[in-house]
Amino acid sequence: MTEPMLPVGYRVIDRTVETHDSATIQLEPIDRSLDRFRPGQFAMMYAYGVGEVPISISGIGDDGTLTHTIRSVGAVSRALHDARPGTVIGVRGPFGTTWAPEGAAGNDLVVVAGGVGLAPLRPVVLSALAARSAYSRVVVIAGARTPDEFLFRAELDAWTARDDLDVELTVDQPAAGWDGTVGFVTEPLARLRLDPERTVAFLCGPEPMMRFSARVLLRAQMPSDRIHVSLERSMKCGIALCGHCQLGPLLVCRDGPVVTYTVAEPLLTVPEL
Amino acid sequence: MGHATIDTDELGTLVQVLIADGYQVIGPTMTGSAIELAELTDAGQLPAGWGVETGPGHYRLHRREDDAMFAHSAGPQSWKTFLHPPRRKLWSSDTDGSFQGADEETPRYALLGVRGCDLAAIGKLRDVLGGGTYPDSSFQARHQALFIVAVNCTEPGEVCFCASMGTGPAAGPGADLTLTEMSDHFLVEAGTDAGRELLARIDHRDATTDETGAARSALEMAAHRMGRAMPEVDLRALLAGSRESSHWEDVAERCLTCGNCTMVCPTCFCTTTEDVTDLTGDHAERWQHWSSCFELDFSHVHGGSVRSSGESRYRQWLTHKLSTWYDQFGGSGCVGCGRCIAWCPVGIDLTEEISRLAESAHD
Repeated sequence: MTEPMLPVGYRVIDRTVETHDSATIQLEPIDRSLDRFRPGQFAMMYAYGVGEVPISISGIGDDGTLTHTIRSVGAVSRALHDARPGTVIGVRGPFGTTWAPEGAAGNDLVVVAGGVGLAPLRPVVLSALAARSAYSRVVVIAGARTPDEFLFRAELDAWTARDDLDVELTVDQPAAGWDGTVGFVTEPLARLRLDPERTVAFLCGPEPMMRFSARVLLRAQMPSDRIHVSLERSMKCGIALCGHCQLGPLLVCRDGPVVTYTVAEPLLTVPEL
Repeated sequence: MGHATIDTDELGTLVQVLIADGYQVIGPTMTGSAIELAELTDAGQLPAGWGVETGPGHYRLHRREDDAMFAHSAGPQSWKTFLHPPRRKLWSSDTDGSFQGADEETPRYALLGVRGCDLAAIGKLRDVLGGGTYPDSSFQARHQALFIVAVNCTEPGEVCFCASMGTGPAAGPGADLTLTEMSDHFLVEAGTDAGRELLARIDHRDATTDETGAARSALEMAAHRMGRAMPEVDLRALLAGSRESSHWEDVAERCLTCGNCTMVCPTCFCTTTEDVTDLTGDHAERWQHWSSCFELDFSHVHGGSVRSSGESRYRQWLTHKLSTWYDQFGGSGCVGCGRCIAWCPVGIDLTEEISRLAESAHD
């Protein structure tokens, strides 16, 4: 019997520095593997002796490895971010809802990421590329505060070079050596010519970024149930027992993190809900 | 099988039979200046002759003119203390990456004196902690091992409103035995096979129609003696529509965000975790303990707490209890026991706050 509150030991086998405060770690199971994660789902990750936080999956290996991209913002995420190959991490999961990109087959796919929000969306892009012919247009719009703060920079460049993928990178402020777009992700998003009934959008980033991006899409006549967002709340259990992740009627760990904007809109527009 | 009657003294036998069967009997007893729930080894520990006077922010014991044992309304504790303990080890680990679940021996509790409100609360905890995709295995084991002796409540208090929540004063289904305390005897009804088997082992006789009639009318009178009632409004819709009501500011001026209401509430189930290591750093443990949505840290994500104001935290508590609990678990989270009113240091009364919200919704 598996006990969902009991972590399973994984070992860090690779670590890639992404930005000044973010790193990607790849983990392999020590004895036992967790069930296969789906894009959008998260793991509860335990740094030995420090604590546990929810982290979305940023890469799903066919060999049972897990990839997580972690921004160092607190004691636990710092310990996970700093974990070198060999470090043992306790992992629970997979928990939560999925982006379910396969459900968008036949449509245009629009992926909009802000900052570290690109991490949970990476498996969406990778799965779309793996089944590229299933989709019509695939658009990736990624924003970062500065050019140095893009995650997966080499991969983004490779995606940009492909002619079956439209990639738009934008930074908040002008910077030396950056000749790309300057501004928020909403600007390239507003320039897209969308076929609103044949497009599915996936948004992940800070809540204001998701709200403003969703507003652009709604203005372009996209139905709100074709817009998906990933929510973030405090979580202690990940399995709908501890109560911390409530957002109005939602238990974000169980009913989210991925929800449609139909569900999210009335909740994200009330302060301190 | 109909009702049985047992003499008051026979309650002592009931306790002894339960103990002989390996149960830890938990029931009300007087501890200092409150009636608490604790392990009983003898029916003599029940608070015979003690009653309770309650009000907003008020709880006092008083001597009764009779020797009734269950004529006291809800005290500061609820049965969740035993089913969902305040603090519990989840696992321990050594640095090799193996995690050992806390091998706890499941206690076998016989709960003696569970009122309708609290019996409903146990059902709500079961729905939350035992009813989802990932049940809390410790809760489930404790719940499955229970023997429940309910009591129909004939002495509701000033802060009680179970009748308006549909959970009392008669205890609903789910108990093994249900007692109604009368002046010199108890009326007993068995609700399960385990209850029937137990009843067969204590001295009892069939209840007369006069006895069942007297018990029924005592319960009917109790339903009309509730100190309070929840306003008859659609609570789920009212609160879903009151997210931006200015009334929350009004409550926040009184609320101390102390969290007492969540600690005494028989259905508040929230917990947090605590990770500890020994001094060598080679051995780590995770503990779970009760937590409250009134704590500032409760909603902490990087960058700060989602609900930093008192008004947002009171709104979260009341809305969850009466409205979003339906969305999450298919029913109300409130059973009308009134504990949150009695143990609020400033006497905030949720039935009153609902009246005010309903009035302001009409404006």
